[in-house]
Amino acid sequence: MSSDVPTTTGTMTAAGAAAKASVAGVAPSPGVSKPDPILTVDHVTRRFGGMTAVDVGHLEVQRGIITALIGPNGAGKTTFFNLITGFDKPSSAPKMIGGPKAGEAAKSTFNGTDVGSIGATKAAKKGMVRTFQLTKALSKLTVLENMRLGAKDQPGENLFVSIFKPLWAKREAEITEKAEELLARFKLLEKKDDMAGSLSGGQKKLLEMARALMSDPVMIMLDEPMAGVNPALTQSLLGHIQALRDEGMTVLFVEHDMHMVRHISDWVIVMAEGKVVAEGPSGTVMDDPAVIDAYLGAHHNTDLGDDSLLTDEVAEELAAEVTAEEGKA
Amino acid sequence: MDQLLGTLNAILNSAISPQTAALAIAAIGLNIHFGYTGLLNFGQAGFMLIGAYAFAISIIGGLPIILAVIIALVAALIFALILGIPTLKLRGDYLAIVTLSAAEVVRIVGRSSLLTNVTGGSNGITGNEYRSPFTDLSFFGDGRVDFGPWNYDATGSNGWWFIATAWFVVALLCLFVWAIMRSPWGRVLRGIREDEDAVRSLGKNVYSYKMQALILGGVIGAIAGIVYILPASLQADSMGRSMTYFIFTALLLGGAATVFGPVLGAIVFFAIRLFVQGIAGQFVPGNIMNGQQTEQFAWIVIGITLMLVVIFRPQGILGNKKELSFDVK
Repeated sequence: MSSDVPTTTGTMTAAGAAAKASVAGVAPSPGVSKPDPILTVDHVTRRFGGMTAVDVGHLEVQRGIITALIGPNGAGKTTFFNLITGFDKPSSAPKMIGGPKAGEAAKSTFNGTDVGSIGATKAAKKGMVRTFQLTKALSKLTVLENMRLGAKDQPGENLFVSIFKPLWAKREAEITEKAEELLARFKLLEKKDDMAGSLSGGQKKLLEMARALMSDPVMIMLDEPMAGVNPALTQSLLGHIQALRDEGMTVLFVEHDMHMVRHISDWVIVMAEGKVVAEGPSGTVMDDPAVIDAYLGAHHNTDLGDDSLLTDEVAEELAAEVTAEEGKA
Repeated sequence: MDQLLGTLNAILNSAISPQTAALAIAAIGLNIHFGYTGLLNFGQAGFMLIGAYAFAISIIGGLPIILAVIIALVAALIFALILGIPTLKLRGDYLAIVTLSAAEVVRIVGRSSLLTNVTGGSNGITGNEYRSPFTDLSFFGDGRVDFGPWNYDATGSNGWWFIATAWFVVALLCLFVWAIMRSPWGRVLRGIREDEDAVRSLGKNVYSYKMQALILGGVIGAIAGIVYILPASLQADSMGRSMTYFIFTALLLGGAATVFGPVLGAIVFFAIRLFVQGIAGQFVPGNIMNGQQTEQFAWIVIGITLMLVVIFRPQGILGNKKELSFDVK
């Protein structure tokens, strides 16, 4: 593992090209089936009182690629994330008594096994590891302890074994080495003895991602990995995400920044008002009228935060459009 | 001057008394709950009482002392299971309420007149009824032994045999806590204290770990109950809500999430009380504060000390400020 931070330049890696190619022939329509799905979700509904937050009929996530889940605020992205990782239970979950009809109950399959109602712990054990939108760095543990906690198969996590250090020291040394390797890759190695609470917001995001990687996940699920991270760090985060894909991991991430999504994702799923409204390769899905209507608006290509783009002319044009629209209404 | 020496003597005697050791043991158990795992157990006195009753009643019933101790530990284990199964999946506050009331239930059932022939009702069980099997184990011989400023019977109740065994148990438990808390098992507990969901997302069974911690701390509480009643008598009211409060005070004074904090805290707790009582008795005229009032005044000072510790030194005497400060904000 090199300690160089990969960046998202225009050059595409071989793995990246292969990932894009694997979904090249798939029709860009919501709920389409993929050639090699790692995660399949059926009939997942979640209601909060009378409000339906998530209502997904069928969705597949292709193995070995970066899939982005985007949508405007309140589209149900994070709720959907919680449902598939076992942190929340679908309202349509099969029940012993009552509940939905056999063919309409929530069902999700991960890597060939049913993960519909196994709970968060077991879902993580099966290799579906997630991070959180609001980072959950364990702030009063050191960075290295955070990392070690992520590792699987630790004999010392059994109470009776834990009393005798020789029984777990060997595994501890292995995971420490692995943790240091990952920390070096994420540029956190010099912070390893600091409390995680003392890191900056962006560093906590990196730590959380690194910690998730300690368990060698099959699929890593990132909930808004770029939220609140400065642009320089965002670049390196994106590089890390691509590197994960290049190593053969499946990545599913939630994001609402269009530019990020377009750069790095191989496939984009768009949610609005709890439903999947569009799917497709990142280059073309943005042109889907349903997406533009639901989410992007006419100026999604203009970065309004960039002052150099916002010349007087542009401002005047925008003002003219606004008056024209108001005139129509 | 004589009175000052008398106070000093009283402090020295209380510092090594088996009752102090019992408080230290109970605080060691609570430290596993509160300091390391973040479980709010407001019923540690209930665990003590369960252990004490199970031990005393088994001995009176004619069982050998080893079996009586085992029964006491198993009783605490079952008590912990009963409290933990319904509450540990819920938010922390529920465990606090359930433990608080369960400890009261144990106390009130124990002192109920219906059970007078088993538990002795509100009079309790006198020490003579269960003490002799333990005294018989002594290899300290008869007579009095001087050791530094202390002078006690070798074997009689409140003698060296009781003191030595009590502190030997304290030492053993400190070693045990040190061994398990440096292990990956302890790391998972500290992770749970910081954020349950993060630990769950890493594939650890949080419920099981919380249950293990609750049982372990409760069983240590039962040991404290046995140590507490051996040199004295068993009375339900001596292990009520105020006892739980003393244990918490000792733990917070000494420093939660440290190995020796609970022990130091227990010693300091009694020392402050006797010191204030002695000084007030000597220097405050009897018409302002009589003997009984100095005792109450000492308790008030203990309460104020606890407040000052939580506000100005939230990590306690021995705690590491970076790792654990009692979150007051």
